[in-house]
Amino acid sequence: MLAIDVISTVFLAAGAFFMIIGTAGLLRFPDFYTRLHATGKCDTLGQILIIVGCMTYEGLSFITIKLFFVSAFYLLVGPTGTHALIKAAYATGLPVWKTGDKRM
Amino acid sequence: MEMTVMNRQSKMFPLVLTFCVMFAFWMLLSAWTVYLLEPYNLFRVASRGVLAALIVSFLTYEIFVPSRDENMLLKIRRIIPYIGWELWQIYLATIDVTKRVLGILPIDPRIIEFDTTLRSDFALVTFANSITLTPGTITIDVDPAKGRYIVHALAKEPADSLTVDQTMQKKVGYVFMEE
Repeated sequence: MLAIDVISTVFLAAGAFFMIIGTAGLLRFPDFYTRLHATGKCDTLGQILIIVGCMTYEGLSFITIKLFFVSAFYLLVGPTGTHALIKAAYATGLPVWKTGDKRM
Repeated sequence: MEMTVMNRQSKMFPLVLTFCVMFAFWMLLSAWTVYLLEPYNLFRVASRGVLAALIVSFLTYEIFVPSRDENMLLKIRRIIPYIGWELWQIYLATIDVTKRVLGILPIDPRIIEFDTTLRSDFALVTFANSITLTPGTITIDVDPAKGRYIVHALAKEPADSLTVDQTMQKKVGYVFMEE
């Protein structure tokens, strides 16, 4: 029982760490496009690690199967949402930050 | 127009297949072990699932079952190792973005365009999603006719991996046989 607790805690902590990094990137990066890089990517891995942590904690049950489906859908939906946001920004002509420009 | 050409036989199979998958999924999610304890409730509860699955399968069977394709099984067999490789890439992507967030590596954003050999919808979508998930790149737009991608890259190295190395294009092309 203890081993499962430790493993799931490690997964949950790693997931939380990547979520925090994503938030830090959102605050640090200079423009909309680069901010999406931080949130879009770190969120996907953070979310999946947290779900895997919950799956390990739960053991083999229906909840594990449901959690597996949640993470599978997240892999499809996460990038699609990021792509929809960035396409909308690009279509409306939001300027792209280049090295040396001022922060937006 | 296509609907009238389609005969009854070819509409029936996708409909039944979609219904079976939807109902199995409904049973899975609605904790079916309950029915083993209360068999007298089985019909009453399962009828709701049948109704829900029927509605969903009537609405979606055309999208859910792809058109006939002899290479389907081979493609499914090829996509499984690709998903494993993709998960590893997601891990690398996040480490890379983490370094750039913390200021260990510099950022140098740019927009790049390149052509691929991919043409089918599923291959285009898989590749677009893969780009968005891997180190420092996000798909902005796709032109399906030319297989042309517009991509925003966070720095020079991730952009080069798409335009110079082209490892991912080749892997997706191999999976969907569109090399």
